[in-house]
Amino acid sequence: MAALSPPEDFGWTPDQPLIRLVDVRKSFGAIEVLKGVSLDVAKGEAICIIGPSGSGKSTLIRCINALVPIDSGTIRVEGQEVNDPDLDKLALRRKVGMVFQQYNLFPHRTALDNIMMAPLHVLKQDRREVEARARALMAKVRLAGKEKAYPGELSGGQQQRVAIARALAMRPDVMLFDEVTAALDPETVKEVLLTIRELAEEGMTCILVTHEMGFAREVADHIYFTDAGVIVEHGPPASFFDDPRDPRTQAFLGQIL
Amino acid sequence: MSAPPPRRLEPSEAGAPLAVLLPFRPPPPAAFAWPRLRLVHLVGIAGLVLVVGGAAHAQASGARLSALEVIWRWLPLLMWGFGFNILMSVLSMALGTAAGLGLGLLQIGENRLLRRVAWAATQFFRNSPWLVLLFFAMFMIPFQFTVFGHTMPLPDWVKAVIGFSLPVMANMSEIVRGAVASLPSGQWEAAESLAFSRRQTMWRIILPQCVKRMLPPWMNLYSLITMATVQASIVGVSEMLTLTSQVHAAEGGRPDLLAPLYGFAMLCFFLYCYPIERFTLYLERRFQLNQ
Ligand SMILES: Nc1ncnc2c1ncn2[C@@H]1O[C@H](COP(=O)(O)OP(=O)(O)OP(=O)(O)O)[C@@H](O)[C@H]1O
Ligand SMILES: [Mg+2]
Repeated sequence: MAALSPPEDFGWTPDQPLIRLVDVRKSFGAIEVLKGVSLDVAKGEAICIIGPSGSGKSTLIRCINALVPIDSGTIRVEGQEVNDPDLDKLALRRKVGMVFQQYNLFPHRTALDNIMMAPLHVLKQDRREVEARARALMAKVRLAGKEKAYPGELSGGQQQRVAIARALAMRPDVMLFDEVTAALDPETVKEVLLTIRELAEEGMTCILVTHEMGFAREVADHIYFTDAGVIVEHGPPASFFDDPRDPRTQAFLGQIL
Repeated sequence: MSAPPPRRLEPSEAGAPLAVLLPFRPPPPAAFAWPRLRLVHLVGIAGLVLVVGGAAHAQASGARLSALEVIWRWLPLLMWGFGFNILMSVLSMALGTAAGLGLGLLQIGENRLLRRVAWAATQFFRNSPWLVLLFFAMFMIPFQFTVFGHTMPLPDWVKAVIGFSLPVMANMSEIVRGAVASLPSGQWEAAESLAFSRRQTMWRIILPQCVKRMLPPWMNLYSLITMATVQASIVGVSEMLTLTSQVHAAEGGRPDLLAPLYGFAMLCFFLYCYPIERFTLYLERRFQLNQ
């Protein structure tokens, strides 16, 4: 089958923010979870979102690939407006990769199949080319040799790395990570963080929700702190961690560090 | 000299009488084996043989045939009838499964109206007595219909198959809905984030995982529908029970033949359905361990 046409460019140029959120609001029923969030992410940047449980971090990053529809505000990904009833979700989601806390691999397919499925069936790319790319990705996440393993036969850390490779196989321009190490034991956390760090260093645009403060400090170009649906404070890691201004940030960091 | 430390009792030695206090560990399922004959089964089968054989002995006098001889004599006919039950069960299962899959998918589909209709149909057919549905099919479906000028007769047994497929359809619809609902929502989200369409997600990711979950209740349903096919005798289809009663009449309606003849019918169904039931149990246990 023929490959799909290249995605529209929406008049976006790389000097503009790759992702721009302006005054994003979202309620679940009567509870307002996002109360006007604005942030910009430049191409090649890695940002970390930290904050207490229930502050809306997951909701925020799910809005970016339209897993959660927003009530008002603007989300632009490479110029494409996400808050649009006629949104071309396929075009959006081939640009945005996502990795979940619970891995969410497809348990009935092998690791390699998990990686190949979307490029084959969504992008309709050539099987041989897709398979070569999938094998390369397996090697990249240090899982060469595990191609034929089913998710149930892999450790949590290995599964999460397959999930990262699966998202990368779509050749996204930005990756979303939602507490991807929260379900792992301390030993395997390291291998996953290493994989993410390499990605960020290669220039992949990354948005990370994490509770790993040490990792956030080393990898992120910018830290956002959310509380109760608003961004309370943000800044480069050094000033953010060493010199927090807002009392809520101070209290949160005081608890965690 | 110090005394040796007291030996700790292993749980297995500690309390055969108190075994109920130990945590319950389900035994690992062995590889599937044809059901081994245990005492209860032997008793059951021996009982039936006694009914058949005992009655035979008591009555085997003069020109009258013993029950076993009667069964032997009519065996081809009775087996033909039993085969007919199997045929009806397989056909109504196939029909009902296909229709139920469709109905179940509509129940969880995107169209609100279709969802409602599918739900209502499922509930209606699931909560009606099977026999009523059978009558419903027998009397509502015409005995013949005309396609392109050809008139095709619709024999009673075909109508019965349709009648049996209605409850199969409704139960299958619920099995599909339940299996899909039992998958973690993360599967949908992962597929969505990879740009799969809803339809692709359903057929490539959700349903393949559901097959395993649907198999045990589906086989259970098959057992039930197989046993229910004898109800077709009420509406005059020549299946095993109808033929059994005709055999009984042909042998002069001897009361002593009633138990052996119907016992034989029971035995046939038992021997057919019991292995299915065991296999279902085995699958259920295996899937539970794998989850
Ligand atoms: N689908 C939903 N329906 C209703 N309420 C929701 C839904 N998703 C999230 N919420 C609510 O929105 C609030 C924010 O949830 P969210 O998952 O974004 O928080 P979080 O910052 O990611 O927390 P955590 O650190 O525990 O993951 C919570 O109060 C949660 O109960
Ligand atoms: Mg979260």
